[in-house]
Amino acid sequence: MSEVKKFGTAFYAEMDRIQRFYPNKRAMLLPALHAAQAERGWISDETMQDIGDFLGIPKTMVLEVVSFYHWFKMKPVGKFNLQFCNNIACWLRGSEELIHHAEQKCKMKMGETTKDGLFTISEVECLGSCGTAPVCQINNDYHENFDIKALDKVLEEMR
Amino acid sequence: MNSEIVFSKYYGQADAAGIDAYIKNESGYKALPKAIEMGWDKVLQEVKDSGLRGRGGAGFPCGTKWGFIPKGSDKPKYLVINADESEPGTFKDRAIMAYQPHLMIEGAIIAAMTIDAHMIYCYIRGEYVKEAEILEKAIDEAYKAGHLGKNVGGKGYQLDFVVHRGAGAYICGEETALLNSIEGKRGEPRIKPPFFPAAIGLYGCPTVVNNVETLACVPMIVNRGSAWFKTFGPERNTGMKLFCISGHVNRPGLYEKPMGYPLMKLIEEDCGGIWKGRKLKAAFPGGSSSPVLTADECNINLDFDSLAKAGSMLGSAAIMIIDDATCMLKVAIRTAHFYQVESCGQCTPCREGTMWLKDLHYRLERGEGKIGDLDLIEDICNNMDGTTICAFGEATAWPLRSMVKKFRTEYEQHITEKRCPFGKSAHGH
Repeated sequence: MSEVKKFGTAFYAEMDRIQRFYPNKRAMLLPALHAAQAERGWISDETMQDIGDFLGIPKTMVLEVVSFYHWFKMKPVGKFNLQFCNNIACWLRGSEELIHHAEQKCKMKMGETTKDGLFTISEVECLGSCGTAPVCQINNDYHENFDIKALDKVLEEMR
Repeated sequence: MNSEIVFSKYYGQADAAGIDAYIKNESGYKALPKAIEMGWDKVLQEVKDSGLRGRGGAGFPCGTKWGFIPKGSDKPKYLVINADESEPGTFKDRAIMAYQPHLMIEGAIIAAMTIDAHMIYCYIRGEYVKEAEILEKAIDEAYKAGHLGKNVGGKGYQLDFVVHRGAGAYICGEETALLNSIEGKRGEPRIKPPFFPAAIGLYGCPTVVNNVETLACVPMIVNRGSAWFKTFGPERNTGMKLFCISGHVNRPGLYEKPMGYPLMKLIEEDCGGIWKGRKLKAAFPGGSSSPVLTADECNINLDFDSLAKAGSMLGSAAIMIIDDATCMLKVAIRTAHFYQVESCGQCTPCREGTMWLKDLHYRLERGEGKIGDLDLIEDICNNMDGTTICAFGEATAWPLRSMVKKFRTEYEQHITEKRCPFGKSAHGH
């Protein structure tokens, strides 16, 4: 383990808890990235270096993994990250209208963040909530059977 | 045919997830001591006899898969639970983990002990944050009750269980990609052979990868016997099954039925028919990777063999229903878009093919298509089918080829009329 503590206590507590389940440090990369993103909100260049140092692997090895997975954000996201599913099941139940509405309401395109850093909106693939489509994942929470009224309410409450 | 509801009785009840509820409601943790008493050879035989086939999509016999694990190997063995559930249309494993995590955990413990594994990884998709939390809590309870830890079943057997969160990559549902992902690598599928990770799996060691629902069947098979399990469903397609219904029906959701349940009965009776008084146009019976069925083809039974015979597949039993106000080209666009985003990029036919397919479909939608484009779509699909490391090539080619073949007139209309014949709201709102 690195001498200098770059992360908060929650990060190290989680790493200590799971270490015995993995035969090598590299296998702890995904758990480490999750813990780091939970703490810092996204995975910066510096965070990749810190994780690489912590696990004893090169930063490039961290980068090739971070860039593969959609869940890890390589640029800052808003305080509220609205991820709209637009796969078949949600699309059949009106996700496209929700997406258009969100773009108009927030005055930006999917994939963008408001200047005040409050909202990020993006389109994602199937979230596994097809029986209660359309769905929008806001940070960690699923908003199922989502509609324009509910979207307006959510945007209002978060301001 | 047996139509007893054994799985989904407690869905929607958040307090059903605890160990006390599991013990009270579902005779929880009675299968484990029974399995220990039976001995692992007998447990393996019972699972083989039950005919249980994998619920993740491929439908491979579960007992046979367990039996591939070499006996007497010095290497550690691993059980990996595939909870990556990312096939568009699928949401059954999420319900099991939210409401019956202990059923899956007990099944996993029995599976692990049968193959002599001392470590269980549950690879759950990153977006299922709440389900991962419920699972973590259930695992803690199982440790406290002595079903996991240093002395499982009072027999000195050490067994550990960890939740490993994925991070939003569809391809990680492919078992060798999943193993690479646990190892801290990019989730790229491995070259076959070996065809099964039983030979070379996680960290190069013998490994079994099972789906959540498959493992949730195991305690019931041990408790009530393989003969009971076979009272559900037709021969070679045994057991009860969770069907995920989405799209244009009045009551979408999760339905537990015996294997072989008729699709039209499910649509008309259970789901209250097609919404808004419209007619059925098409259905994907097994997720977006399954070849589409036209309305006429929907008079079919929902099991592995019936659907394979009809040129489609049961897959993960994710049934997406499409009404007659919907533009099939737009459905194809959603499909093509998805596979282009999710291709891992390792194999050229898939990396390039998904990109070209997406572009071609969008071109047709813009009214800029040429008649030759439809043959080109088929040609690209043919060149992806069977030419890639994993089944992603087929998962892209099969549905897209089936749609252009079965709804060709509709595609052609986009070309000749230079616009969508269904108008702007082509998904029927």
